[in-house]
Amino acid sequence: MKRRKFIGMLAGAGACMAASTATAGGTHHFKGYPESFGVLFDSTKCIGCRKCEAACNKVNELPAQPVPFDDLAVLDSRRRTHHDTFTVVNKYSVNDKPVYRKQQCNHCLEPACASACFVGAFVKDKTGAVSHDASKCVGCRYCMIACPFEIPTYEYHDPITPRVRKCTMCQPRIEEGKLPGCVEDCPKGALVFGRREDLLNIARERIRKHPSIYIDHIYGEREMGGTSWMYISGVPFEKIGMREDLGVTPAPELTSGALSLVPAVVGLWPMFLTGAYALTKRREKIAEEEQHHAVAEAVAEAQSEAAKKAKAAMEKAERDKQAAIDREVKKALKEAEEARLKAETPADPSEQ
Amino acid sequence: MSHHTTPSKTFWTPANILTAVILVIGLVLTVKRFTMGIGSVTNLTDDNPWGIWIGFDLLCGVALAAGGYTTSAAVYLFGMKKYHSAVRPAITTAFLGYAFVVFALLYDLGRYYRLPYPLTIYPGPTSFLFEVGLCVALYLTVLAIEFSPALWETLRWKKLRFWAHSLTLVLTIFGVVLSTLHQSSLGGLYLLAPSKLHPLWYSPYLALFFFVSSIPAGLSMVIFEGGLSHTFLHHKMDETHIKEAPGVTLGFAKAAAVVLFTYFNLKWIGVALDNNWHYLSTGWGAWFLVEMLGFVLVPCLMYAVAAREKSQKLAFWASIVTVLGIVLNRLNISLVAFNWQLPAELRYVPSWEEIMITVFIVTLEITVLRICLNKLPILHEHPEFKGAH
Repeated sequence: MKRRKFIGMLAGAGACMAASTATAGGTHHFKGYPESFGVLFDSTKCIGCRKCEAACNKVNELPAQPVPFDDLAVLDSRRRTHHDTFTVVNKYSVNDKPVYRKQQCNHCLEPACASACFVGAFVKDKTGAVSHDASKCVGCRYCMIACPFEIPTYEYHDPITPRVRKCTMCQPRIEEGKLPGCVEDCPKGALVFGRREDLLNIARERIRKHPSIYIDHIYGEREMGGTSWMYISGVPFEKIGMREDLGVTPAPELTSGALSLVPAVVGLWPMFLTGAYALTKRREKIAEEEQHHAVAEAVAEAQSEAAKKAKAAMEKAERDKQAAIDREVKKALKEAEEARLKAETPADPSEQ
Repeated sequence: MSHHTTPSKTFWTPANILTAVILVIGLVLTVKRFTMGIGSVTNLTDDNPWGIWIGFDLLCGVALAAGGYTTSAAVYLFGMKKYHSAVRPAITTAFLGYAFVVFALLYDLGRYYRLPYPLTIYPGPTSFLFEVGLCVALYLTVLAIEFSPALWETLRWKKLRFWAHSLTLVLTIFGVVLSTLHQSSLGGLYLLAPSKLHPLWYSPYLALFFFVSSIPAGLSMVIFEGGLSHTFLHHKMDETHIKEAPGVTLGFAKAAAVVLFTYFNLKWIGVALDNNWHYLSTGWGAWFLVEMLGFVLVPCLMYAVAAREKSQKLAFWASIVTVLGIVLNRLNISLVAFNWQLPAELRYVPSWEEIMITVFIVTLEITVLRICLNKLPILHEHPEFKGAH
């Protein structure tokens, strides 16, 4: 993921932008709000009793379910959160033993849904809860595309005011000093509510004390930049339907590199395009000038050629005229000479 | 022209009857969608929140409307004046394309009446969708002004026409900036879902891929629609349009060949950077190769040959393959390779009603386009405004 981030920064295109991209996405590391709360789920303690589902249904005043919460047969089929079911428990068979996993919003430290929302309807609260404000929502469902845990759900059959629905971490109850509904009703202590830092310590302690029971991994400590809900388990998380290939990059960083190029495009593109236009215009102008020049030159050349010709013709005419004059003069002189000779010559004696 | 048609020719041609039938079904489904909710007509689920209304109507619609910015940039910014007659048809198609993208979006948005919220009441600038919304809204405005002279000419509102026309250069630059941003940000939308989109299609370059591929998409649509206009609307075209058309087709073919080849190379750089070569030997890899070789490289070569041999026919066929390739790419990213890890029974397949609404919207768009091309000075110059561009 580090590499992907690096490539993402390069990919943005302009190498000149790399520096600012790095500061936009890289230098600060958000560790979550100090003192914020979370819940630790311990899959080794969960017995799949669905008490948490029932409690969630009750405290969130969700509609009655077709299957009662004490019917455990539903555990045999895979379920996901729904617009009137904010949490579900699924049963997985690992090495022929049932393992249960509770699913609800993980309340990411830097939520993908909040990063995706183009009206800012999602807020990560200082309590740790990520809540959705339906009064802002346009209903584009990009949050559902973005969420790597497939949590937000939608009221597809409401024609006028459909809502995005998901676990609220019982934020109103937390503010009243109460526990989230599911945590309060868990009979086996599979859910522990507390400050996130304390939960991490509890989880580490359990793993340290019982290395034979737990896998050495706290899911949610770093996944997608960290989540407020965290999980410890005795079996690989992949085996209980949890993606282990999500990486540790907080969702906003996936887009911050490319987004930081927006101002660059807005700033640079008009200049390039105006430049292209100016170059085109200039090229046209130069071409036009060259054409003018060439025409003028051709005209001048033609003119000088014509003048030369005219001059030559004039000269020739002059010469011809002179020659004619000379010729005439010569002829006249010759005639005069002849006449003089004729007069000087005595008459032919024979004529006399 | 109308005076060429004999009065006996009926309005109820087969094409018009089909159009009418589709429009009626579409209206019925529209009523259903807006009274009983999105879920009543679509197969969308919590796992698959975006279907063909986003994958086709939005992503493909925007890509295929790219002819507007590519053509006007070529003519007004890069001085390729010999393509001038292609600008108006391209702007018209782009304007209608975007208008219908926004129209289609109203079906998909749960609270469609809040569409202006991101731009006015609650901006969410960390989202690529915010950028898409902002740019599409602004670009639609730009296109409306760029398109308007055809209307003012018909109405003979000379002052308004002059005013709109005098903005051409600024609007063209603005249009290219906005197109760069929202064409790429459509790809950027998927940067947020690396765990859901198949690695062969997911890339940190996604935004760049979308932008670069929108260029041949736009050029191909100009060639494709030009070819169709010549067949069906020849009588509407003036001498300049008919004379310039082969030049437009072959010039655009050459440009499309170059950009497609660039795109082809870029895509492989994307695969190489994330070292995703091993996926090529899987079924997904075969599908990726179909897209890359059959719908990028093949049309690229077709265009190159068409430009060299000056074959308008081959360029026309290449434009069809390119357009199909763009549609395939956008659908792959938004639907086919998206959620690839979900089990088959949870994958999305559009319902017939969903498809029908998309067909309805496309039909409506083509109908409006036909009316525009027939009634407005788009394929010919208005006699009172000859050479006034």
